[in-house]
Amino acid sequence: MKKWLLCGLAGLSWMLVACQSSPEVTNESAVAAEPAPQTLPFAVYDNFSTLEHLFHYNNDTTYIINFWATWCKPCVEEMPYFEQLIQQVQGKKARVILLSLDFKKDVPTKLKRFVEQRRLESQVIALTDHRYDTWIDKVDPSWGGAIPVTLIYKGQTRKFIDQQFASYEELEGLVKAFE
Amino acid sequence: MLNVRKIIFLTVGLLAFAAATMAFRTAGGLKVGDKAPDFKLKNVDGKMYSLEDVKDANGKKPKGYVVIFTCNTCPYAVMYEDRIVDLHRKLSAKGYPVVAVQPNDPGVQPGDSFAKMQERAKEKKFDFLYLFDDGQRVYPQYGAARTPEVYLLDKDLVVRYHGAIDDNAQDAAAVQTNYVANAVAAIEKGQEPSPADVKAIGCSIKFKKS
Repeated sequence: MKKWLLCGLAGLSWMLVACQSSPEVTNESAVAAEPAPQTLPFAVYDNFSTLEHLFHYNNDTTYIINFWATWCKPCVEEMPYFEQLIQQVQGKKARVILLSLDFKKDVPTKLKRFVEQRRLESQVIALTDHRYDTWIDKVDPSWGGAIPVTLIYKGQTRKFIDQQFASYEELEGLVKAFE
Repeated sequence: MLNVRKIIFLTVGLLAFAAATMAFRTAGGLKVGDKAPDFKLKNVDGKMYSLEDVKDANGKKPKGYVVIFTCNTCPYAVMYEDRIVDLHRKLSAKGYPVVAVQPNDPGVQPGDSFAKMQERAKEKKFDFLYLFDDGQRVYPQYGAARTPEVYLLDKDLVVRYHGAIDDNAQDAAAVQTNYVANAVAAIEKGQEPSPADVKAIGCSIKFKKS
């Protein structure tokens, strides 16, 4: 009896989730156990070179790019600050991007679940290029490779923060300096 | 007159400040060619070890040391556990034993406590030293920033290679370049390892924020 109730509940919650996601995701997840890349609610880049432009826009928008992963505890801890920042910069020329470095095998499963469950407002991008040594320096030469790190830039002005933010105010203050 | 003095003071002050900041910036850690400091840390067997106490697989004084900052909890470190065991087996026989150092503060990362280190070492049959950087005094001297991170030292404790173990953290079967093993081979041939510094993604070392 208890089992059936649980199953029913699980089914119901699945339907609820399914109804809220976009139609093609629903269709796909109904047939395929492992969703194909095009059903993911974010873009996946397997090669840094195809994403490199993101670090070199020369316009009057401030780009706030946070490198994180679902397995990285301090990254997940500071994520609410970026979600709060999204609200703060609404209507302003600013883009908040959560650049996930989750492992390739975890992208369609763990990362997808994480993004959907948290209903992240920030744009999520997955970068699965494991040839780290070829691209870490292109983000910032002072970066040793530990995450979380955050790059804030506008035009030629860049600020690279190689540690976890202690508070929302700390992040907000840094972004405000770019306005 | 006073103004001139003031200007001189200010200029000297500024220069000193600039020099200090630059020194701070470049002192980001040991670079290839720098001499690494020895240390004395507690191993999972409860005994204290320095690099000078370490012997290779043949019971001889090593020709070098594969110092790896690693831990129990970082998924990258975990993916490398078996590979570090292998690396030690292969390299210790050649005179280059692995010396693993766990730098995280267990107050921040409870999974990296000394007891948990002992458990992991037993479970995974670590036959290399797995030392606890209690008080976090050693990793800042090396300038280590992430786990896992390798400093390959020669017999004189000079850093000869720094960085990643190999070029594919996520898939051991798909590794194309074994950086550390290649660096040891180069030293054995009397050559400089190339590449001598390879960056990789890893977990930040956990410390208490003041």
